[in-house]
Amino acid sequence: MKIPVTVTVNGQVVQREVEPRMLLVHFLREVLGLTGTHVGCDTSQCGACVVLMDGRAVKSCTLFAVQADGAQITTIEGLARDGRLHPLQEGFWEMHGLQCGFCTPGMILAAYDLLQRNPNPTEEEIRHALEGNYCRCTGYHNIVRAVRYAADRLRVQA
Amino acid sequence: MATRYFGVAMKRREDPRFIAGRGTYVDDLTLPGLTYAAMVRSPYAHARIKAIHTDKARQHPGVIAVFTGRDMVESGVKSLPCGWLLPGMKLPPHYPMAVDKVRHVGEIVAVVIAEDRYVAEDAAALVEVEYEPLPAVADAEKALQPGAPAVHDEAPDNVCFRWSIGDAEKTEEAFRRAHRTVRLHLVNQRLIPNAIEPRAAMAQYNPATDEYTLWVTSQNPHVHRLLMAAFVLGIPEHKLRVISPDVGGGFGSKIFVYPEETIVTWAAKRVGRPVKWTARRRESFVSDAHGRDHITEAELAVDERGKILGLRVRTIANLGAYLSTFAPAIPTYLYGTLLSGQYEIPAISCEVTGVFTHTTPVDAYRGAGRPEATYVVERLMDRMARELGEDPAEFRRKNFIPPDKFPYQTPVALQYDSGNYEGALNKALEMINYKELRRQQEELRRQGRYIGIGLSCYIEACGIAPSQVVGSLGAQAGLWESALVRVHPTGKVTVYTGTHAHGQGHETAFAQIVADELGIPIEDVEIVHGDTGSVPFGMGTYGSRSAPVGGSAIVLSLQKIKEKARKIAAHLLEAAEEDVVFEDGKFYVRGVPDRFKTWGEVALQAYLAHNYPPGLEPGLEASSFYDPKNFTFPFGTHIAVVEVDPETGKVKILRYVAVDDAGRIINPLIAEGQVHGGIAQGVGQALLEGAVYDENAQLLSASLLDYALPRADDLPAFEIDHTVTPCPHNPLGVKGIGETGTIAATAAVVNAVMDALAPFGIHHLDMPLTPQKIWKAIQAARAA
Repeated sequence: MKIPVTVTVNGQVVQREVEPRMLLVHFLREVLGLTGTHVGCDTSQCGACVVLMDGRAVKSCTLFAVQADGAQITTIEGLARDGRLHPLQEGFWEMHGLQCGFCTPGMILAAYDLLQRNPNPTEEEIRHALEGNYCRCTGYHNIVRAVRYAADRLRVQA
Repeated sequence: MATRYFGVAMKRREDPRFIAGRGTYVDDLTLPGLTYAAMVRSPYAHARIKAIHTDKARQHPGVIAVFTGRDMVESGVKSLPCGWLLPGMKLPPHYPMAVDKVRHVGEIVAVVIAEDRYVAEDAAALVEVEYEPLPAVADAEKALQPGAPAVHDEAPDNVCFRWSIGDAEKTEEAFRRAHRTVRLHLVNQRLIPNAIEPRAAMAQYNPATDEYTLWVTSQNPHVHRLLMAAFVLGIPEHKLRVISPDVGGGFGSKIFVYPEETIVTWAAKRVGRPVKWTARRRESFVSDAHGRDHITEAELAVDERGKILGLRVRTIANLGAYLSTFAPAIPTYLYGTLLSGQYEIPAISCEVTGVFTHTTPVDAYRGAGRPEATYVVERLMDRMARELGEDPAEFRRKNFIPPDKFPYQTPVALQYDSGNYEGALNKALEMINYKELRRQQEELRRQGRYIGIGLSCYIEACGIAPSQVVGSLGAQAGLWESALVRVHPTGKVTVYTGTHAHGQGHETAFAQIVADELGIPIEDVEIVHGDTGSVPFGMGTYGSRSAPVGGSAIVLSLQKIKEKARKIAAHLLEAAEEDVVFEDGKFYVRGVPDRFKTWGEVALQAYLAHNYPPGLEPGLEASSFYDPKNFTFPFGTHIAVVEVDPETGKVKILRYVAVDDAGRIINPLIAEGQVHGGIAQGVGQALLEGAVYDENAQLLSASLLDYALPRADDLPAFEIDHTVTPCPHNPLGVKGIGETGTIAATAAVVNAVMDALAPFGIHHLDMPLTPQKIWKAIQAARAA
């Protein structure tokens, strides 16, 4: 049995028929070919699959695609605008906030959620907000600096 | 030549694809007609397989095939090989899928191939395996007891090998005349690597050409190809192409040849369609090679001046159920040889017993043997300093190998090439303001606050390694590295390196070296790795070898390129070759810099060969195989400052200072990032991580819900600096920085916690130092 879903992904409306048990992350990766969203665990611990749903960070391995029916989804592929990197993407590049790059899309989108709620977070607040995202390469040191970099840039832009 | 890139903290060239979600990891790939594999794994640690019923699974809609271990063996598939042999070692076969018995939880018994991954998982659950459960043992000490269940008939006492190094007699003698000795029983707990990208493999077979292509999460694609082709599957090596694209972290766990990649490669031919498998995290926990797992008795002896006389170490190393690719090397030659640390120790004796248990195989995990050695040495140094009532920094300083004694021959085989241990110690002490910190510690202690300061002065042997040396020690491979430098007619350059990057930034760091050597913009240099179809045979990336060995191979090729280019330039300039200077991308006759030929002109002429030196071959490319003369020996001092809350037992890291000496630094940004990540993994072992098996050898910590990886708020900001003692024996003067953090941090943090707990009379607790463990120890101490 397949169920129709309509989702706006990175600004484009897509309609597909999917099995009700299909996870949102597999819908994005395998149905839409948006492989920037990653799968790192089975238990919603690692955060590699974080995307924005209606502006808030969600773990796309924890949602079924059908639960996203009618929603606006932003994945890492949709974060840059008009060929310009988002300040978070810039920050991760400038501050060496990534090594293998696997956790990076989820990390950036989790940080995006934080900066929406708290545009000027302290180091402690950044570390707390990123608790749901594992990185095994960086020790988080430069990820924290990258988020601070983006916060400063966004405040200047605002 | 003016250095423009070497030593510069350049932003990484690989990042634009990763920050935009355009990386290409194995699971991102697809092929027409792709099928998906799901593994049926044993829920038992030890059981006889009585029967496997696959009918229901086969009949499930969408299922293409189901195979068992018997299918593979009957078609001629052989055991996974072990790449390091020790004398007298037991080497039982390890088939990709179990045939008669399973020997650890998670061992594969069957594979289901289906149209999509959901269907494959569904059908895997329909495979019915009749097991006869047998007694199992997870703990290596228990596995050695008489009557313990044997993992293999070939090793009824579960002993795989007994190995020793050093001089036992001389060490006995040292202990006989010791003024003071200390002894520690140390458990270096089993860790589960947990690279955030799960392992994955996708294979395709082309019947028209009889060629296989395997995309796999590998740190060493050529090693994968050789071992799979020549040992396991019996495929001609040149008919198997292995591609390891972007890889999401390895930390050792992606070195080894695992069952899964051999299964999908074999199955791709059988089903006539490409097959992909991607580990679920639960599978990673039970099937990625684990790390560490030592039980050690260690003793240190000093004379009346507090100078070390001897070190005696007995270690039981848990190898798991089967020998993973490099398993025997880790608790022996990468461990026992490091036990001299930074110190002059006249006599060392180390005995290691490698033991089979009914657990996931154990192999190299970041640092691989060297963190275990550092932990032994640095815990003993702290314990002895306390015993003698000496400051731990001063006790270490007194026993350092002095800078004028290099090269220094240790009693455990290694010859250290260079070092200035006191330099790194002093810098670290200064950064942390050690004397003032000790004063504050005293003061806070009077207020009931428990601050601890922990040092770790580590040595590492990396840049592995001289081929003849490792060959004589049991390696079944040479450990040189390759580089092919290809100059295109426009002067642009592609470098093919036998190393593999999975986070280390080779595309940037290696390009920095090339651009400098050729005097060309870095944009004109491309670094290619990870494809046996284009890259010359290479040994891959582990043991912090990419810069010292892989980088050196690139330099050798560049020297050959420059030599040939100079010949061409001399011809064009109508000058003698020895009079031609190459500087900033231009060739000119010495003293006449205005008349020059550019790099691009020379490269073009190499391909036109119209106006060309007689007898010289056209073209401009060179390959090299660099075999290092020695290991490299990074060293440094790390200091952790912690506070223990006696009411909860929770440890908070207040500061963490690291001073590392990895020789010359190619890119400080990347080097510091390596140190940060290494420290995080070392801290993870000290405070959080640890595999837990129950009495039936069932892995209880088999998900990220149950196994604690460090999170952002478990860690402090790190304070990093370095000293520079160039490596004297490779052309770049580099040593490797990938593992220093992990090697140093574990001991630094544990020493800090023990320092904080000293007022309670607590001398040692085994890792991970969880709040519960510390709280209990404090309660027991208070009750006593």
